[in-house]
Amino acid sequence: MRIDKDLVAASATPLVLGILAEGELHGYAIIKKVGELSGGDMQWTDGMLYPLLHRLERLGHLEASWGHSPETGRRRKHYAITPSGREALAERQEQWSVVAKALRQVWHNAQLPPAMETGWA
Amino acid sequence: MEPHEGLEAQIAHWRGYVARRRAISPADLDELEDHLREQIAERRAGGLDEDESFLVAIKRMGNLDAVSREFAREHSERLWKQLVLLPEDPAATGVPPWRELAVVLSLAVGAGLALKAGLSWLGGDEVLLRNTGLLVFPFLAAYFAWKRRLAVRLLLALVVPFAALAVVLNAYPFAPEGSTGLLAALHAPVLLWLLAGVAYVGGRWRSDGRRMDFVRFTGELAIYFTLLGLGGGVLIGLTAAVLQLVGLDLEPIMEAWILPFAVPGALVVAAWLVEAKQDVIENIAPVLTRIFTPLTIAMLLAMLVVLTTAGGLIDVDRGLLILMNAVLVLVLCLLLYALSAREPLAPAGIFDVLQLVLLVAALAVDAVMLTAMLARIAEFGSSPNKIAALGLNLLLLVHLLRAAWLSAGFLRGRCRFAELERWQTRYLPVYGLWAAVVVFVFPPVFAFA
Repeated sequence: MRIDKDLVAASATPLVLGILAEGELHGYAIIKKVGELSGGDMQWTDGMLYPLLHRLERLGHLEASWGHSPETGRRRKHYAITPSGREALAERQEQWSVVAKALRQVWHNAQLPPAMETGWA
Repeated sequence: MEPHEGLEAQIAHWRGYVARRRAISPADLDELEDHLREQIAERRAGGLDEDESFLVAIKRMGNLDAVSREFAREHSERLWKQLVLLPEDPAATGVPPWRELAVVLSLAVGAGLALKAGLSWLGGDEVLLRNTGLLVFPFLAAYFAWKRRLAVRLLLALVVPFAALAVVLNAYPFAPEGSTGLLAALHAPVLLWLLAGVAYVGGRWRSDGRRMDFVRFTGELAIYFTLLGLGGGVLIGLTAAVLQLVGLDLEPIMEAWILPFAVPGALVVAAWLVEAKQDVIENIAPVLTRIFTPLTIAMLLAMLVVLTTAGGLIDVDRGLLILMNAVLVLVLCLLLYALSAREPLAPAGIFDVLQLVLLVAALAVDAVMLTAMLARIAEFGSSPNKIAALGLNLLLLVHLLRAAWLSAGFLRGRCRFAELERWQTRYLPVYGLWAAVVVFVFPPVFAFA
């Protein structure tokens, strides 16, 4: 299934913050994690992740540090969430639960064709 | 790409290609390359060959134009080097390069004609002085309006304050040789410049990033304008020298025709040059600030020593206050310029310490002057000139105090660089407000004296 790009963009920040809330990671690991979490349905354009990470860093939600890859020794930038990032995440979480709750009711009330219903379930 | 190129060669090739995007710094490129290599390694582990893995990894990386545009949006200080955002689709905009040149040249000539008309038909030096900005501004704003394709609503938002300003400057019954008239003439260009800024940022004046772009633009414009002025001066000097050999005097022609056209024309052309050729100067401006920050610190410290040891200021008048304002504006320009060119994510360094020293020195000198000045005003009463100079001084003082506070916080890791940057851009409209007060409110309050 292809997910609309506006939806991908809107969910990118909470996803990144949420994934980093579990521990620091580098960019590639974040992309992989997103793929795993969505069962491969959400395919981000890899290059677009980095400007987002830099923006979150500038806003103070993330902290970046250069380290080295354990396998190859290549220079690698790791991102970790900051307290302000955790606050932002909590805020996003509230917003999304409101949206999700409203959507659940809409799906419940609306007469959807059966194929779409299973798709969203 | 060669089908049998080795993987390393292919990656090097890709790296070279991406490196041409100025919005992507070498460190970002390392980050992206690490990503690419991991993606390739994973494809290889999944059974693809080198070429296939490389192609898949490149494809996953996304459209390079779109990615670099995203980088540019996030790092506008780098984007500055590259000029506004990459054209979304050069074919779609369909503006041939000569058309822009034609527009710029006609606007430059238009500005010259307007000024010449003003010189010929507006009676009196004072009336002319009040109107100079009004005559030239529409042409500069028109260039941005054309370039940014401003919407009609925004154009109205520019025209209305412009018209209000024009009415006030010409309809107020200013007393001849009065100071409120002169003050209005001096403060009107500030308002006009901020209006030009609204046009420059295409109406997105609420955005801190765009405001900072306008600050950069202003600095670059000053440099270009100076360079054009120097070049023009050399040409005029040589011409005059040659004409003198045959007994012709260039001066009347120069005053009547060359200067009225050359000066406003150079302003419009400089604006266009900044838009078109930013990176020619791009490396000079930050270097200039780095050279002049320590020198200015030395100057301020010398002033401080002289002022505190000389035992009482002999001639404390508004001239001193104006001089002090000029010093503070200089410090402010150095600060704004250094901040606008700085990589926001870089950790605090020695130059940030120097900047704080600069701010503290400027504040100390101003404090000494200001106490002397306040005593003077208490003694001899106020005048529009003193109030205007004092008001500006206080505005600058607040600006620099807060900037010093924030940069101390930044050095101690208490606040982020972005806060320091935001303070600058948020505070800028205050100067516009003050200029508006001086132009619109001062004359009636001081009975147009």
